[in-house]
Amino acid sequence: MSKDAILGAIRRGLKRGPLPADQRAMLDGRLATHPRHLIPQRSRVSRPEQVALFVRNVEKEFGSVTRVADAKDIPGAVADYLAAQNLAPRFVLAPNPELQELPWSDKPMLEFEARRAQPSDAVSVQHGYAAIAETGTLMLPSDPARPTTLNILAETEIVVLRASRIAGAYEEAWDLLRAERTDAVTGGFMPRNVMLVTGPSRSADIEQTLELGAHGPRRLHIVLLDDDPAARSADDPTARSANDPAAPPTP
Amino acid sequence: MVQITSPAFKQNAARALADAGLQKALGKAKGAFLQRRAEAVARLPEFEQLRDIGRDIKNHTLANLDFYLETFAANVERAGGKVHWCSTAEDARAAVLEICRQAGARTVTKGKSMISEEIGINDHLEKHGITPVETDLGEYIIQLRKEHPSHIIAPAFHLNREDWEADFRRMHTDLPADRVFNERRDILAEARTKLRQRFIAADVGITGANFLIAETGSSVIVTNEGNGDLTQTLPRVHIALASIEKVVPTLEDATSLLRLLARSATGQDFSVYTTFSTGARRPGDLDGPEEYHVVLLDNGRTNMIGSEFQEMLRCIRCAACMNHCPVYGVTGGHAYGWVYPGPMGAVLTPSLIGVDKAGHLPNASTFCGKCESVCPVKIPLPKMMRHWREREFERHLTPAGVRRGLGVWAWFAKRPGAYRLATKTAIGALSLLARGKGAFRSLPLAGGWTKGRDLPAPEPGGTFMARYAKMQRGR
Repeated sequence: MSKDAILGAIRRGLKRGPLPADQRAMLDGRLATHPRHLIPQRSRVSRPEQVALFVRNVEKEFGSVTRVADAKDIPGAVADYLAAQNLAPRFVLAPNPELQELPWSDKPMLEFEARRAQPSDAVSVQHGYAAIAETGTLMLPSDPARPTTLNILAETEIVVLRASRIAGAYEEAWDLLRAERTDAVTGGFMPRNVMLVTGPSRSADIEQTLELGAHGPRRLHIVLLDDDPAARSADDPTARSANDPAAPPTP
Repeated sequence: MVQITSPAFKQNAARALADAGLQKALGKAKGAFLQRRAEAVARLPEFEQLRDIGRDIKNHTLANLDFYLETFAANVERAGGKVHWCSTAEDARAAVLEICRQAGARTVTKGKSMISEEIGINDHLEKHGITPVETDLGEYIIQLRKEHPSHIIAPAFHLNREDWEADFRRMHTDLPADRVFNERRDILAEARTKLRQRFIAADVGITGANFLIAETGSSVIVTNEGNGDLTQTLPRVHIALASIEKVVPTLEDATSLLRLLARSATGQDFSVYTTFSTGARRPGDLDGPEEYHVVLLDNGRTNMIGSEFQEMLRCIRCAACMNHCPVYGVTGGHAYGWVYPGPMGAVLTPSLIGVDKAGHLPNASTFCGKCESVCPVKIPLPKMMRHWREREFERHLTPAGVRRGLGVWAWFAKRPGAYRLATKTAIGALSLLARGKGAFRSLPLAGGWTKGRDLPAPEPGGTFMARYAKMQRGR
């Protein structure tokens, strides 16, 4: 059988048999503790600076961000963005309680259905699980309330994200997933799919020249809800300064 | 299936040098990659430290590869997926075909995968009545042209915009013949529209894998276009093709390597889509495949373990080595004659198809060392090319002319007095001929060299030994 042949060939190359129990235990320990390696300094900054770094990186990668102070302003921010882009006020919404509870009826011209995306959907409004300031990256784990198709089928994807969910480094975002999620099938934390999304879709396959809008969304817009008092802008006097710049965001 | 033309590297290279279209494309493309990588590295002060970390993660994994592959497979199965262990390309082709047949597949969409090139899956599926559709933009045009990728991350590296326009007009005959492509983005938009229908109709999606994660049983793909995600999300069945050395222990290990990958490859801080797939659709999920398979391929890699080529298995396929290679930069990828071009191909190809067929590739190097200096996992590529040259020599595969030349050189090298006299004479003669110019465009008896490149003229001041002696005297 191929499995035994491959494992046998590896062991012959390494000039040993199967690993002894103590070494297996050591490797199991490494898997269980999943130690972090070096984390670049760029995200080791205060909370307001982490949020600012996230926004800067999203914009560097050709995404856009609107910041809102209150959840009730989110429908308005979505409506304004669609109008500014000259897009019809119609979208598919992630069937996520946090999004469904928003006061959409304040903006009666907005039409939406809460479901997975279909190829005919031009705009999707997705729920942002977490984000990574280091590179302006969204973490979008699949879930009945966060279908993957919303990230890939529509030409325009709008992601609603809480500022409190912006982590500095990828490792901190993985820890959120590890702490918060239990998978019904595996008992582990990984859902079927986790997408890390950094800006809108693009290709450089034609003469190595970057063009936006390949197969995924042409536009990626983030509506950022400033729900984290510690993360308000540094020049906001009501903002509390972060004591531990390396502290991960509270889940 | 990629026909092996590596034994004809010299003829391939000569043809490439004479191909004006190719030279134009190469000239345009290579500067962009170099500059973007340099800028991305400059933005991350820890990059050099991360290279050491990347090397160490891969070394640790390779030293315990059996353990991590078994752990990976167990976790895939826990998540409702299936792992197909395949010793050979033939095993892998059979496994993929069987999955497609079970699924009743008529069309299969494909994300970019070099393993898929290595096993020649497209021809195999077609032969059995299943239509494979490449969806990465570069791979798509390569499939239209019935070619093979000339670069491991930019398959259409050898093409110019005119080629794209001509091929799209030739193949998309249902569209108005007089349509205008004003911008590159018009080409992109046409491909997007064409492929949209294919994504929706496909029964099976095949992707590669940049990493496999033992801890979680996940396969990871890294793309900019989003085609890989459409490929693995919309069809009922997802197959990930991966070779055994793609496994890493944990998400943290993968994360550190991801910090190196995009910067080294395209010069992005991070690619647009980095996606972790773990098993099939969960209860309650509204989308995602119902079946998840990993085809795990050896195809000669286990032979490299414990050999002087083991370090090659650290490779994360970023293509920095070929982007920086002066040989790749003038011959392009097709000259290398199989799946993997450039310095990484010069080491990997003899390992996978034999040094008897691929012996020219490790010789196609100036040993300038640039490849090793940019490799994100510090693979000593020149050293390994030298190992292949030695093996080739030992097996008497080296041509007689080269062996005679090496013999003459060895005679001088063993006699320092004669060596110095000979180099002094040669340098004197060359300096005289150069008449102050920096390089020769042509030179009697050296036409083989100067046909494809200039020969640098000696700097004034004599040989290294002469200048060294002078410096010592001056102290």
